[in-house]
Amino acid sequence: MKPWRNPGLWLVLTLTVAISLWPLVAANKAYSREVTFTILKAVALASSLNILLGYTGYVSFGHIVFFGLGGYVGFYLMSVHNAPLYVAVPAGALVSGLLAFLLGKAILRLRGAYFALATIGINEAARAFIKNFEPFGGPIGMSLKFKVYKSYGGPEQALWIAFASLAALTVAVLLVSFLVKTSRFGLGLMAIRENEDAAEVMGVITPNAKTWAYVLSAVFPGMVGVLFFFKNGNIEPPDAFNLHQSIETIVMVMLGGYGTVLGPLLGSAIYQRLRGLLLVSPLFKNIQLAVAGVLLLLIILFVPAGVVGWLRSRFPRLRRVLE
Amino acid sequence: MLIASLTDGLLLGFVYGIAAMGLSLIWGVMDVINLSHGPIIALGMFGIYLAFTGLGWNPYLSLLLVAAVGLLLGIMIYGAAVHRVINAPHLSTLLATFAVNMIIIGIGTAVFSTSPRNVDFSLGSFSLGSITLLWTRVAAALAAVLVTALLYLFLYRTRLGKSIRAVANNRAAAELMGIPASWVLAFSFGLGTMLAAISGGLIATFFPFTILAGGSYELKSFVICVLGGLGNPLGALIGGLILGGLEGIIPTFMETTWVPVLEFILFVIILLVKPSGLLGGET
Repeated sequence: MKPWRNPGLWLVLTLTVAISLWPLVAANKAYSREVTFTILKAVALASSLNILLGYTGYVSFGHIVFFGLGGYVGFYLMSVHNAPLYVAVPAGALVSGLLAFLLGKAILRLRGAYFALATIGINEAARAFIKNFEPFGGPIGMSLKFKVYKSYGGPEQALWIAFASLAALTVAVLLVSFLVKTSRFGLGLMAIRENEDAAEVMGVITPNAKTWAYVLSAVFPGMVGVLFFFKNGNIEPPDAFNLHQSIETIVMVMLGGYGTVLGPLLGSAIYQRLRGLLLVSPLFKNIQLAVAGVLLLLIILFVPAGVVGWLRSRFPRLRRVLE
Repeated sequence: MLIASLTDGLLLGFVYGIAAMGLSLIWGVMDVINLSHGPIIALGMFGIYLAFTGLGWNPYLSLLLVAAVGLLLGIMIYGAAVHRVINAPHLSTLLATFAVNMIIIGIGTAVFSTSPRNVDFSLGSFSLGSITLLWTRVAAALAAVLVTALLYLFLYRTRLGKSIRAVANNRAAAELMGIPASWVLAFSFGLGTMLAAISGGLIATFFPFTILAGGSYELKSFVICVLGGLGNPLGALIGGLILGGLEGIIPTFMETTWVPVLEFILFVIILLVKPSGLLGGET
């Protein structure tokens, strides 16, 4: 089937566009833009992680490294060299992709839990390194001068530009995620997930396939990082390399259903809304982390396939629509 | 100067070793990487804190209570979170134990807040040639050695300990021999968390801490486990000494902030070159 004739793709794209357009029609535009920005960021991170975690079956706790590193490189270009956003974003992608390529050559030889442990190590090493790296501001980080936003037509305009770029980027991530899933390359990745040795015997060149999956999953967080920290106006090591955020991204993928295109989208949207509700509720405000933990535990124990996986196995007719 | 900080680091290394041993034991017996290890270390710290500040108990005596509670807590965590997914892929057990981590941190933050605490307890210090040592650190190192010795006696001399080793070796065969594998797994998980709680309690006697402090010790435990070989308790103690020694030596010629960078680079390199650990057998 040609990709554009697949209803599953259109469902995913329509949902994303609908989420992105919400701030334009909402009553409080600035507030809903911030909320939507957070959701889109989560969707982009979760969907790109899904390429490695869901399709290839490699658990990475270091997805946020690419977000942080891309953010740092882009931010450095913007604040020190006055580079415009359209240069900084590709630069973030390039550096993240390059790091993933080099790391992939090395650590993708490790399997299962050893790979997961190595990614934790890389995240911590990156954060500790940046803390000591003076050109990037060391432990204090960097901040953008206010006049940088002038060239975008003022801060308000700059925030909308960042938002629109993120929305376009999120659509691109989901499109790539879909194309990978339906391609021969994606089939190879899923073969690796099911049984790496068998995949190799069947002619999948596993080292190359894994490395490219890793690079592909790293490029997008690099760009999201640049946009996020451009919007924020400052960058610090703990925000950029937050191991917790890496794990939250995994939770979102699991909640929606790993290895599906729609899953990370639904999972992130649900998780972010839930988190928002818990944060403002007087009853759960203090223990929102514990409530999220209980939820995660219930999902892992009772619905391991996530929302989309559960729907697909419960209602076989939906399989045509839910990719 | 060098010898003083090296000795300090090595004494601390014994305590790190105990924490890593718990992680290593759980990994060795059931192939689970316990991401709730850090919060349990923090709970151990708070156990000693509450017993000392609230009830005025001697920290080393309350350690026994902390150990018992840690054992029970571990068995409960196993029953609630791990047992159902014990045969599932790694992702499930990683996330299940991480969920426990979130629950403990969430409740802990609400109850204790994240402000730093310390156990105001001192045994004084003594001088040995040019170096001055704190008694609390020496006592902690001795306690760590004692715990390791007891663990080895337990694993090699008692029936339950032998069952644990049998289950670690081959769970299906152990079940066929009439060993109740589920109970043994639950008990091993309890032992692992007990060791975490004990190490937390020992750390609390000389460092200030918050409810989030366990995280960095958990990461250190990963590094140590990889140094000593995952699933090898004695290796964990030696790995702890290596890490403690490094933490003692590095600050004498570099800035302290570079210590974690070197630690994690070492960690990744060892994973790449010899994933079975420096003391491990074949890969």
